[in-house]
Amino acid sequence: MSTEIEAQGVAPGAHVNTHGTRRSYLIGLGYAVVLTLVSFWASSTDVIYPPGVPILLGVLAIAQMGVHLVFFLHISSAPDQTNNILALAFGIFVVGLLVFGSMIIMANLNHNMMPMDRLIQMQR
Amino acid sequence: MSAAEQALANGDTVPLSLRGPAETRVVAGYGFWLFLLSDIIIFAALFAAYAVLSGETAGGPTAADLFDKKHVLIETACLLASSVTCGFGSLAVQSGDRSSIYFWMAITFVLGVTFLSLELSEFSHMLSIGAGPSRSAFLSAFFTLVGTHGLHVTIGLCWLIIMLLQVGTLGFQPMVRRRFFCFGLFWHALDIVWIGVFTIVYLGAHL
Repeated sequence: MSTEIEAQGVAPGAHVNTHGTRRSYLIGLGYAVVLTLVSFWASSTDVIYPPGVPILLGVLAIAQMGVHLVFFLHISSAPDQTNNILALAFGIFVVGLLVFGSMIIMANLNHNMMPMDRLIQMQR
Repeated sequence: MSAAEQALANGDTVPLSLRGPAETRVVAGYGFWLFLLSDIIIFAALFAAYAVLSGETAGGPTAADLFDKKHVLIETACLLASSVTCGFGSLAVQSGDRSSIYFWMAITFVLGVTFLSLELSEFSHMLSIGAGPSRSAFLSAFFTLVGTHGLHVTIGLCWLIIMLLQVGTLGFQPMVRRRFFCFGLFWHALDIVWIGVFTIVYLGAHL
């Protein structure tokens, strides 16, 4: 194994930790299971003030995505990951623009559109 | 000790710009990460379509009528467990342990197939009660979003078989290790998309 790594011209010990360990996967699994179960529980319980549930579900989902990024995809602040982090930030920005932009624009259009039955009457 | 060796010995003190080209594994990982992000942007567009259209049922069945939470919890458990076994498999690739690669990746494969068959049984049930993709805008958006995720899982399973064959024939060449690394990233990214699916589509249906 060491000869293969040397053949690629890698500094010794340069990527000891980029694949994680068995323990880090199990910690990640623990967090993910707890977050998943809490979000399934939150969607069907009466304990929580109902209008707050969607916000709670959103927070839990984003937290779980973070857990997956850190413990399974091993995104970190290591120097050889700088580009990955920047790309991730840009990806999140584009995703936010797409999803929330579409929802705002469509809600706005929906709000301003004449009701369908009135429109059909006018076209007669 | 030569200057170059000194620089390698304390890598943290050398500025990034003076360290020379990054190793192939880092560059390949970065390229694949860019692909994954573009894939996630495709999913974001499908999520946006679903969010806009989820109320447009055209008099047909609504999300709350169709989706069963227990079914989704089992699907989620399969995908989550397969993510961890895939991680264990990647560790085995790193240490070059052939039999434990086959063991963990076989479990990953079985869990992936279980997930897919659960999803397909849900789809066929919906089709049989007349809630197919042509019924309403809501169902078109649903089948496109969840179907695209299922398609990705299918492609991932094919990729996994190819990777196991390559370990058998090519052994642990750096190239094979890199491909396995990218496969792991792909599989974990699918799990991230699934978090969005079960939260927005399945749990959101019952709010």
